[in-house]
Amino acid sequence: MSGYHVVVCGSVVPDPLHPLEPVTGPNGPELKNEMILPAVFDPWAAHALYEAAHLVQSVPGSRLWLVSIGPRAKLQQVMMTIGQKVVLQLVALDGPAGGFVDAAATAEALADAIAAIDGLDRARLVLCGGWASASRGAGAVLQMVGEHLGIVDQFQGVDELAVQPDGALRVVERADGGLNQVSLCAGPPVLLGWATGNRPEPPNNPQIGMQNMRGVMPALQKARPAQLGMDGLRYCCAQAPRRRRETRIVKDMPVDEIAREIVAWIRG
Amino acid sequence: MENVLFLACIEPDGSLGKTARETLAIARQAAAELGAEFCAGLIGEHCEPGSRTAAAAGCAALYLVEGSAFGISRYATDSAAAEAIARAARPTLVFAPAVSRVSRFIAGLAQRLGGRVDTQITGLAVHDGQLVVDRWFYRQRIEATLTRTTRPWLLTVAPGTMPAFDGDAAPTRIERIAVDLPESLQRTRVEGVQAPPGAGQTVRPDAELLFVAGAGWTKPQRDGQSHVEQAAQLILGFLDRTQASLGGSKSLVDVGGEGQPVLPFLTHLNQVGQTGATPRHPKGLATCCHGEEPHVVGWRFINERRAINLDPNCGWARGKADVLYVADAFAVMRKVNELLGG
Repeated sequence: MSGYHVVVCGSVVPDPLHPLEPVTGPNGPELKNEMILPAVFDPWAAHALYEAAHLVQSVPGSRLWLVSIGPRAKLQQVMMTIGQKVVLQLVALDGPAGGFVDAAATAEALADAIAAIDGLDRARLVLCGGWASASRGAGAVLQMVGEHLGIVDQFQGVDELAVQPDGALRVVERADGGLNQVSLCAGPPVLLGWATGNRPEPPNNPQIGMQNMRGVMPALQKARPAQLGMDGLRYCCAQAPRRRRETRIVKDMPVDEIAREIVAWIRG
Repeated sequence: MENVLFLACIEPDGSLGKTARETLAIARQAAAELGAEFCAGLIGEHCEPGSRTAAAAGCAALYLVEGSAFGISRYATDSAAAEAIARAARPTLVFAPAVSRVSRFIAGLAQRLGGRVDTQITGLAVHDGQLVVDRWFYRQRIEATLTRTTRPWLLTVAPGTMPAFDGDAAPTRIERIAVDLPESLQRTRVEGVQAPPGAGQTVRPDAELLFVAGAGWTKPQRDGQSHVEQAAQLILGFLDRTQASLGGSKSLVDVGGEGQPVLPFLTHLNQVGQTGATPRHPKGLATCCHGEEPHVVGWRFINERRAINLDPNCGWARGKADVLYVADAFAVMRKVNELLGG
C-alpha cells in the first residue's frame, strides 16, 4: 500500500467582512446572532485543505478526509462552496465552532472522530489544519489533536511541503523575524499546521461538487452531536474594542507639504 | 498555593530573547501578587547567560535542559524537554513567551500534562487571589478577560505586553535535567533557518515604523499604465532610508496568483491582516490600500496610523487612521524619499 492518508481539520468562522458583537450566553460569551451570521471556511484551514488536496493528487494511492466540528446548518452552507474545489470525504460533528469554546474539548472531539475513521492507516497519517483559527486564534487545537493521536513530528506555520525521493518530507515553517525554518522529517505520521502555503484557491468545479455531494450530504445527516464542555474555563467579560479614531482627512494639500508632514511625523 | 514556572527556550547565543525577558517580568509579577513560589525552566544548547538573567529575577529554583539536541526548534525534543521540566517543577501556572519556537509545542505540552492552555495573552491581573488574563479572539476583533480553575494552566505572553526584565546573577538552586531522546524523537532533522527569497530584508519586527503597501501600487495610474518598477523603487527607497518594516495587503500579495504585475519583494510573509500578521510597531503608514476591515484587524497593535489614498471615503477615513492624506502615493513617496535623503 502506498500513498498518504491525509486528514484536514477545519471549520467555519464568521465572514471577516461582517462586524462582530459579543453577547452573554448560557455558557459564556457568544456572538450576537451567531447562527445567522454569514460564514466562510476558516482561511488558514482552507489553505491547508488546498495544499492537502495537491499532495493527494501528487501521490497515487492517497486519500483525503475533512474533519469538521460546527453547527450542521453552517457546515452545509460552507460545504456548498468548499465541496466544489477539492475531492474529499467529510467527517462532520454537530457542535459549536465559536472562538470562546475551549480548545481542549474541541481537540478531544476531533481526535476521537479521526481515530474512528474507517480505513484510516495511522502509520500513513498526514494531519493538517490551519496553524491558528480565525475564531479562537490560539494555535492550540491541532497540537492537542496530534498529542491525542501520538504524533510527535509536528510543524506550525507551514508554507511549503515537498516529498523527497526517499520519502522524507521537507517542511518550510515560519519562524520569528520573517525567517523560515527548514526541516526534513522521515515521513508520516506527521502534523502540519499550515499558514498560507503557496497554492491559490482552486476554482469551483461543478463535477467535483457533484462527486462530493454524494458523500457530504449523508455525512452531514449522520453528524454526531459534539458536547464541548468549558471544564473550569470562565469568561469575566468580552467586548469589541470601542476606540474609534478621529480621522483627520487631508484633501487638497500640496504634495510637498504632505511629504514634509509625514517626514516630521516619522522623525518625531 | 500556586507554583509559577517561567519556561523559555534560550537564544543561540545562550541569552534570553526580548519576549522571553518580558514574560519573565510578567511571571515574576504574577508570582509576587499571588504569593506563589517562583521557578524557571530553560531549554537550549547552553543556557548561559540566560540562566543568570532568570536567577536574577528571584527564582527559587532553576531547571535546565541542555545539549545540542535542544539547541534547535523541534517539536519532539522541545516538548520532551519542557515536559521533563514541568514534571520536576510541578507548576500550577506556566508562563512562556509567545515566540514561534514555544508556540510550536506549548499546547501539546498542556495536553501531556493534563492542563489547559491560553496563548498570546496581552494582560493579566490578580483579583481576590485569582489570576485573570486578557486575550483577543476573532483575530483582534473581540477582547476577553478569562480565568480557569484547571491546573496546570499554561500561558504564552504576546510580545510587547510588559517591559523586559533585566538583571544579572543571583544565587539560586540549579537542577540540570537529563532527557532521554530515543530515535523516535529524532525523526526530524532541522536543516536551518533562512530568509525567504526577497522578503527577508523587508520584515523587521523591531522597527519603529510599519510601511504597508496596498494593491493600488500595481494598478494602472493616470496614464492608463501600471508602473510597478517605479513603485518598487519608491518603496525600497523608503525602506532603505527609514529601516521600516514592510507589510502588504492580502490583495497585493495575491495579485501574483492572478497573473497581474507584482512587487517581487512582497510575499505572504509580509501580509498584514485577517490571514496575515498582526505586527506591533509604534507607527504605521498605509499606502494605496483601502483600509478594509479584514486588513485593518492586523493593525490593532499599531499605535499611530496614517494613510495615503486617492479615495476620501476609504475605510481609513472611517475612524481607522489618525490622518488620511487624499493624494497620489507615487508623488508623495517620491517627495518623502527626497526629504529623507540618503
